[in-house]
Amino acid sequence: MSLADDHKADQLPGPWDLPLDTLDVSDSLLFQNELHWDYFKRLRKEDPVHFCSESAFGPFWSITKFDDIVAVDTNHKVFSSEPAIVIGDPDPEFQTSSFIASDPPVHDVQRKAATPAVAPVNLAKLEALIRTRVCTILDDLPVGETFDWVDRVSIELTTQMLATLFDFPWEDRRMLPRWSDVATSRPESSGTDAAFITEEGRKKELLECIDYFKTLWASRGENYQGTDFISLLATNPETKDLTKDPLEFLGNLILLIVGGNDTTRNSISGGVLALNQFPKEYDKLRANPDVIPNMVPEIIRWVTPLAHMRRTALEDYELGGKLIKKGDKVVMWYISGNRDEAAIDRPDEFLIDRAKARHHLSFGFGIHRCMGNRVGEMQLRILWEEILKRFEKVEVVGEPTRLRSNFVMGITELPVRLHPLKA
Amino acid sequence: MPSVTYIENNGSEHKVEVAVGLSLMEGAVNNLVPGIDADCGGACACATCHIYVDPEWQSKTGNKTDMEVTMLDFAEAAEETSRLACQIKVTEDLDGLVVRLPIAQF
Repeated sequence: MSLADDHKADQLPGPWDLPLDTLDVSDSLLFQNELHWDYFKRLRKEDPVHFCSESAFGPFWSITKFDDIVAVDTNHKVFSSEPAIVIGDPDPEFQTSSFIASDPPVHDVQRKAATPAVAPVNLAKLEALIRTRVCTILDDLPVGETFDWVDRVSIELTTQMLATLFDFPWEDRRMLPRWSDVATSRPESSGTDAAFITEEGRKKELLECIDYFKTLWASRGENYQGTDFISLLATNPETKDLTKDPLEFLGNLILLIVGGNDTTRNSISGGVLALNQFPKEYDKLRANPDVIPNMVPEIIRWVTPLAHMRRTALEDYELGGKLIKKGDKVVMWYISGNRDEAAIDRPDEFLIDRAKARHHLSFGFGIHRCMGNRVGEMQLRILWEEILKRFEKVEVVGEPTRLRSNFVMGITELPVRLHPLKA
Repeated sequence: MPSVTYIENNGSEHKVEVAVGLSLMEGAVNNLVPGIDADCGGACACATCHIYVDPEWQSKTGNKTDMEVTMLDFAEAAEETSRLACQIKVTEDLDGLVVRLPIAQF
């Protein structure tokens, strides 16, 4: 597939101008230009379980309603996560595997080996450290001048967290988001604009990633007591030989890096943007910081950092009056389900004190539910607690730049200006 | 109405009345008992309403479905007595039930 600029955003038709059966929501330009919202609105209304027979990623089903998504997500016996959890198929020449893209039993043993790093007991030990780092990042920011929030805060904070979760050499930590960006840059996987890297360059950097982690892995022997991902995986009898299959090793590293990187990063940026778009909510937040624990899941719903997860049907299955056939590709559009008026009250409004804010799809449901959800929430909570102690407002002063992808709902640049607390 | 006591991990007890037919998850959420997140709203899909049922009550709280067993398999600090509160419907037989909450939902 080529993503050469065969079409431009301003030539994209509106969703209501097209015959329903030709509606293709996989075009990454839709997401980059925020045109996807109306496409999904039409599908939820007119064809909630929608078959698209031709797309850059081949034929696929779109599941767009909240309850249907939960039904698919929790039925892992019918809807397999193999061979991939993004809409595009893997590169047959460089096919990685990982537990997010595996069914039981492989999924179960690998996930369980990694989980303790991000479980609440371990996180409670990390909270003070994370707060100290958040304070340092915020105290170093320039007040009253324009800077990029994404680079200075969103990327820096999530990178520091990742470095901790991997017990990764501190001075090299920015290699982590680099590998994350490289790994998610394949146009055939999710329509990303990969102009910044060639296919050869991508493979080269990912091989370097394998080598770097192999060295780290070798240094964490049986007597290493760490609760970081590498120590846990390297010392668990079920996963200690993971390095023997380099592409499976890489797949799991990338899963853990991307899982902890893009998601929280874009929730940090997206929360600032949402509070600027809904100034009354910012007023509410300033008046009552106790609302932060409720605002955090609302930010994660609002942003839906990963737009979809893909499954493959292992047998024929009827859903919403449609027959999904064995072998069909099934895409659960979390970003659509999170705006489903049947499940969420006033879904198009960002409401930081909304009831049942935790009832959203962004973490997925079922056995593949996001295992880092508490780490992400904790970072957002601490960040906003500390922002409110320092600044009257984080003002967005320019248009955000968005990533071209149908998977990662990325904000790559967000110009802001800080206003100090009023004396 | 049957009364149910939820005991938080720090020892705080919440004795509430729950209508027959509601789930133990709904009983906790409706009565503002802290420590039950119930992210999925009762679909046995997130394991954030994890509780421990005292052994003497287990014969009355019914059996776990395959999906409940699977979800508990990934919950933190799950034990033989672990259940998902959304999967236990309150009956008259459960009057006086005592359940305990984990340190945190995950």
